[in-house]
Amino acid sequence: MSNYYVRRTARVFATIFAVATLTFGLIRLLPGGPFTQLRAQLLRQGVPASEVDARISNLQNINPNAPLWRQYLDYMGAVAQGNFGESISLGEPVAQVIAEAVPWTVFVVLVSTILMFAVGIFLGSLQAYWEGSRFDKAFSGLSIGLMSVPFYVVAVISLYVFAYQWGWLPTAGTVGTNVEKELSVPFVLSALEHSLLPIFSYTLGGIGGQALAMRGNSIQVLGNDYVRVARLRGLADRRIATRYVARNAILPMYTGFLLLLGFRLSGTVILEQIFSYTGLGYYMFAALKANDYPLMMATFLVITVALIVGVYIADLTYSKIDPRISAGGSDEAY
Amino acid sequence: MKRTERAESSAAESSAVATDGAGVDWRGSASSSVTVTREERLREFYEENILKPMLVAWSDSRTRLGLLIIGFYVSLALVAVFGLWREPSTSQAPRYLTLFENMQYPLGTTASGTDLAALIIHSTPDILLMVTSGGLWATGIAVLVGTVAGYKGGSVGRVLMSVSDFVMAIPGLPLVMILAITFNPKNPILLGIVININYWAGLGRSIHSQVLTIRENNYVEASRTMGVSTPRIILKDVIPNIMPYVTVNFVFAARYVVFASIGLFFLGVLPYSDQNWGVTLNFAYNGGALFSWSAAHWLLVPMAAIIGLSVGLILLGQGMDRVFNPRVRTRLTGESESTASADEKDTGMTEGL
Repeated sequence: MSNYYVRRTARVFATIFAVATLTFGLIRLLPGGPFTQLRAQLLRQGVPASEVDARISNLQNINPNAPLWRQYLDYMGAVAQGNFGESISLGEPVAQVIAEAVPWTVFVVLVSTILMFAVGIFLGSLQAYWEGSRFDKAFSGLSIGLMSVPFYVVAVISLYVFAYQWGWLPTAGTVGTNVEKELSVPFVLSALEHSLLPIFSYTLGGIGGQALAMRGNSIQVLGNDYVRVARLRGLADRRIATRYVARNAILPMYTGFLLLLGFRLSGTVILEQIFSYTGLGYYMFAALKANDYPLMMATFLVITVALIVGVYIADLTYSKIDPRISAGGSDEAY
Repeated sequence: MKRTERAESSAAESSAVATDGAGVDWRGSASSSVTVTREERLREFYEENILKPMLVAWSDSRTRLGLLIIGFYVSLALVAVFGLWREPSTSQAPRYLTLFENMQYPLGTTASGTDLAALIIHSTPDILLMVTSGGLWATGIAVLVGTVAGYKGGSVGRVLMSVSDFVMAIPGLPLVMILAITFNPKNPILLGIVININYWAGLGRSIHSQVLTIRENNYVEASRTMGVSTPRIILKDVIPNIMPYVTVNFVFAARYVVFASIGLFFLGVLPYSDQNWGVTLNFAYNGGALFSWSAAHWLLVPMAAIIGLSVGLILLGQGMDRVFNPRVRTRLTGESESTASADEKDTGMTEGL
């Protein structure tokens, strides 16, 4: 058993290592190579030609004239120390930019995903309970409608209505411009105000899918014999609802939850752009547009690591929640 | 005449099932299998694999609506392919016409006087190609990896799951952005695959966990002890069980292509040499359509096109579920023992899946 956890944990590090290698490879795949573009960019900025090489190695932690394996080792070594070089477009250390961006993205993604699941599970189980009723039919239709609207459409429309037309909510940023960045009441209020629209538009579209999934799972569970047996045994309705139906219906959605977190983390590239919400996705896109390779790869890597950790947690906890799956170590091969 | 034909084909069918299962001809009389002509076999194949699924699908109102919507988009694509509607170009019409203001340009025009209907219609073929290729790619690889890993287990399963873990660990949209900049794919089929390049991993993983429970089922164990080969068990026992899930997820994968591609076109990340709803959306957004009512339709029309297509896809996915549900299918063959009342109950059950 413990052997499995050790193996699984080792795999996390192996995956991170592999992804870091991939980012290194991707930098080198980019058209014209990063260094030619960087060089041109630096020269345009008026950096003397004699200093360009030194600047490049400073920006990327890589000496452009070194052999490839040397560049690779330098890159990996720096990444392992959390050193991603300096952002070209912002002129700040990449690590600092990311450290400031991460909390906003995590906040928006986490809150909206949890909200989406909570509301979806609630609606879905009600639908299953009153299966075939008018409520069920109406919400099934509504769910399909919600699933069909991409979040950026909701984002654009809500930005237009609530921010530009009615002026209720801010149009851009994470906090008000005149609010001190410290933990205080005005800061928190301003942050909440700014996150309202991104969270709303990122939650709304997802509710439908979760509700339909929960509805389907619940109905399937309700048809099982053990639920009938529980009823015949005279167990309390609440016990049946929570222990028998809800638990078995939510289970299949659990791995989906952590995977979805990852998917949604990458969706912020579009979301944060619309709201000019300076999180990871915003910087990733800005870096992409500005050919800012150090920043681009670092944001990419950070989003990736978050995903890896999510899956890891899902794996470790799934067997705890679902006793039917003998914890990962089921080695019997057919 | 018709009656005997049907009886014959159903007899042949049951013999086919029997021989499939165990390699034994249960009826023992080889004569009738000789009389089955190629034409009859073809007809049987048609009934079994095309007609019956279609009938089941059509009997569900959601599939019907979904098929109608998808059919509408396909006909739009055909209109574009056969050039039945004018090509979009700037200054071909008065600027800022709104919806139905001028029936020559029913969906109105943009700031540069381009016919919006033409923009939408001529974007459709590429979008449909992209969506189909992306969906097929994602579900195909996912089913392959998920079932093999889940059923085989052991080191094969571990290796396959490690690979999909790695692929899954790469965030989708950012990866697509980098790939789009690196390789600049313009072919819609390729673009669909690039957008779903790592979509299969998550799906494969959840198929894997479903197969883990399926392989513990009695009938799978029975097949195994009977010495049925692994590919055959996967094909005949495992995949039919996950098929509803897979079709629904094909639709989700397709919908993801719609959402992601148009989102990325909207941001201006993907290369656009051709028209695309996302590009239209981008021009509208940056052209200030958000801020004036006179241009709002410019933004709303492509949005409606996106939403319409994904409604169609989702309805189709929900209804398709039933096509692959073995219980519903056997009933259609007319030999099922289920009575009318059982029918009623079954329908209620499958609706929820």
